[in-house]
Amino acid sequence: MSQNLPALLVVVPMMLAPVAALLNRSGPAWVAAVGGSWFALGAAVQLLRRVMAEGVIVYSMGGWAAPIGIEYRIDEVSAFVAVIVASIAAIAVLYARTSVIDEISEDRHALFYAAFLLNVCGLLGIAVTGDVFNVFVFLEVSSLSAYSMIALGQDRRALTSAFQYLIMGSVGATFIVIGVGLLFVMTGTLGMMDLAERIPEVWASGEGDRTIAVAFTFLTVGVTLKLALFPLHLWLPNAYTFAPSAVTGYMAATSTKVSVYLLMRFFFTVFGEQFSFEQMQLDMVLMPLALVAILAMSLVAIYQANVKRLLAFSSVAQIGYMVLGISLGSVLGVAAGIIHLFNHAVMKGALFMAMGCVMYRIGSVRIEDMKGLGKAMPWTMAAFVGAGLSMIGVPLTVGFISKWYLVQAALAQGRWFVAAIVMVGSLMALVYIWKVVEVAYFQRREGEDEIKEAPLGLLIPTWALVAASFWFGIDAGTTSSVAISAAETLLGVMP
Amino acid sequence: MISFSLFNYWAVIVLMMVGFYTLISRDNLVKKLIGLNIFQTSVILMYVSFGKVTGGTAPILIESGDHGGGDDHAAATTGHEAADAAVDAVGSSGELVMQGASGVAHAAAESAEILYSNPIPHVLMLTAIVVGVATLALGLSLVVRINEAYGTIQENEIARKDNAA
Repeated sequence: MSQNLPALLVVVPMMLAPVAALLNRSGPAWVAAVGGSWFALGAAVQLLRRVMAEGVIVYSMGGWAAPIGIEYRIDEVSAFVAVIVASIAAIAVLYARTSVIDEISEDRHALFYAAFLLNVCGLLGIAVTGDVFNVFVFLEVSSLSAYSMIALGQDRRALTSAFQYLIMGSVGATFIVIGVGLLFVMTGTLGMMDLAERIPEVWASGEGDRTIAVAFTFLTVGVTLKLALFPLHLWLPNAYTFAPSAVTGYMAATSTKVSVYLLMRFFFTVFGEQFSFEQMQLDMVLMPLALVAILAMSLVAIYQANVKRLLAFSSVAQIGYMVLGISLGSVLGVAAGIIHLFNHAVMKGALFMAMGCVMYRIGSVRIEDMKGLGKAMPWTMAAFVGAGLSMIGVPLTVGFISKWYLVQAALAQGRWFVAAIVMVGSLMALVYIWKVVEVAYFQRREGEDEIKEAPLGLLIPTWALVAASFWFGIDAGTTSSVAISAAETLLGVMP
Repeated sequence: MISFSLFNYWAVIVLMMVGFYTLISRDNLVKKLIGLNIFQTSVILMYVSFGKVTGGTAPILIESGDHGGGDDHAAATTGHEAADAAVDAVGSSGELVMQGASGVAHAAAESAEILYSNPIPHVLMLTAIVVGVATLALGLSLVVRINEAYGTIQENEIARKDNAA
C-alpha cells in the first residue's frame, strides 16, 4: 500500500469521480468527494515526509521502467505542491457542502463533486508525474473539469467566461503539446530526467538547436497561458468572478499554483537553469512581465466594484510575485516563489471563501452592497481582514514571509528597483483591501433587513485557512525549510 | 530553405494558421470551436509525421527472434542504450528523422537490417485525439447552454447583452 502511494494519490480521486457521478445524490456524492480529498491529503503529507527523510521517490507505473513506461517522480517540490493542492481541496470540499446547496441546482450536485474529484486528480497528477506527455494529459483532465465547474455559476456570464477559458486553455495546452513533440523529435524521449540529460547534448552538438529553442518557446507560452501571467491572463478575472464561490476559492488556490510549479519544472529540471537563463535569457522576458503584472493588475484591482473580480485581478498580480521569484534564478528567489505558492494559496483561498459567505447571506459581492457587514457578519469580515492583512504582507502573517524572502532575494542580486516594486505592490494591496474594509466597517447599512452571520459550515473552513495564514506566518520555519530544500533540488545545488 | 520533402510540415503549418486565425477572428462561437479543432488536428498531423522514418516499415516485429516475453529490465536497458545511440546519430547527421526510441530502438538493435517507423507519436496522438474530442464536446455543450441563456451565439451580441444588463 505505502509503496504504491504515488499512484494511489492520483488514482483514488480519479476512481471516486465516476462513483460520485453514479451515486447521483447530493449527500453520498459529497461523502465520496470528502473521502477522495482527505485520502489525497493523507497520502500527500506522507509522501512529503518520506521525501524529506529519504530523498526522491521514483515509481514506475505498471512496473515498466522509465524510458518505456511512465515514471512518477516525487521530489521535495512536487511533494510540497501535492500537499498544497490536497490540503486546499480537503478544506474546500467541506466548504462546498453548504455553498453548493445554496448556489447550484440540486440535480447537478453529484456531477459537481465528480468534476471536483477529477480536478483534484489532474492537479495532483501534474505535480507527481515525471513524464512530459503525461503532464499534458493531466493538465487537460484538470482543465476540462475546471471549465465545467465554472459553467455551473448562477450568472449566465459564467457560461461565456467558461467558454472563453476553454478556448484559451485549449490553445495553451496545444502549445504545450507542440513543444513536447519538438523535444521528442530531438531527443527521442518523454521522461523529464532523460530530457534533462539529452537536451544539453543536442544543444552542444549545434544541430537542431533551433528546434530546441522553438520547443522552449512553445512550452513557455503554453504554460504561462495556463498560469495567467500578464498579458495572457484575460481568461482569469471572468472565470473567477462568475464561478460558484466554492469553485473560486478552490481554483484560485490551486490551479494556477500547479501551473507555476510546471513552469519551474520545465525551466529548471527539463531544460536546466543554465539553458533557461544563460542561453535563452529568460529573466529578460519574465522579469519585466512579472513587474508589470504586479503594478498594472494591482492598479486594475483597486478600481473594481465587484470584490470577487477585485480579488481575481489581485491573483494575477500575486502570480507576478511568484514568477518574479523564479525569474531571479537564484536559490533564494526560487525559494521565495515556492513559499509564495503556498502562502498565496492559503490567503487567497481564505479571501474568496469569506466572499462566498457574503454571497451566501446577501447574494451579492459588490462593494456597495457590503455596507455595515462588519457588524452584521463579524466573523466573516474578521476572516476577510485577517487574510487581507496577509495579502498586504503585515508581519506575523504568511504574506510577510514571502515578501521578506522575495525582497532579500532581489537585494542579494543588487536589484533595488525590483525590491522597490514589491513594496509598491504591497501598498497597492493595502488600498484595495482597505476599500472593502472601509465600506464594511465604517458605513451604516440602510434598510431594515436583518442579516445573519454565515453558517458554521462555511465559517469553519474559512477560518481554518485564516488560522493557517497566521500559524505559518509565525512559525515560518517549516514552510521555508521545505521551500529552500525544494529550490536547491530544482537548481541542482547540493545542500 | 524550402524543400518538397518537408511537404507534410508545410501542410501542418498552413492548417495550424488556418485554425488559429479562425479561432481569433470569428464571432460565431461554433466557428471558433471549429478553428480550435483544426488547430489541434494540425498538431496531430505533425506528430504523425514525426513518427515516420524514411524507408521504415510498420513497427511490428518481423523476425520471430529468440527474445520471448522475459526480462523486461534488460530490455529496457538495451532500449535505453540504443536510443542514446540513435540520438547520437541524429546529432551527427542532423536529420529530423529519428531512428526511434526505447522499444523500437531495442527491436532495431536486434534486427539491424529492418528499419521500423516510430510508433510512439501515434500512440501519443490517440490520447490527444480523445482529449480533443472531449474538449469539443464540452465546448459545444457550453455553446448550447449559451444559446439557451442569451438566445444567440454571436460573441459581439453576447457582449452587447451583457453590457446592457
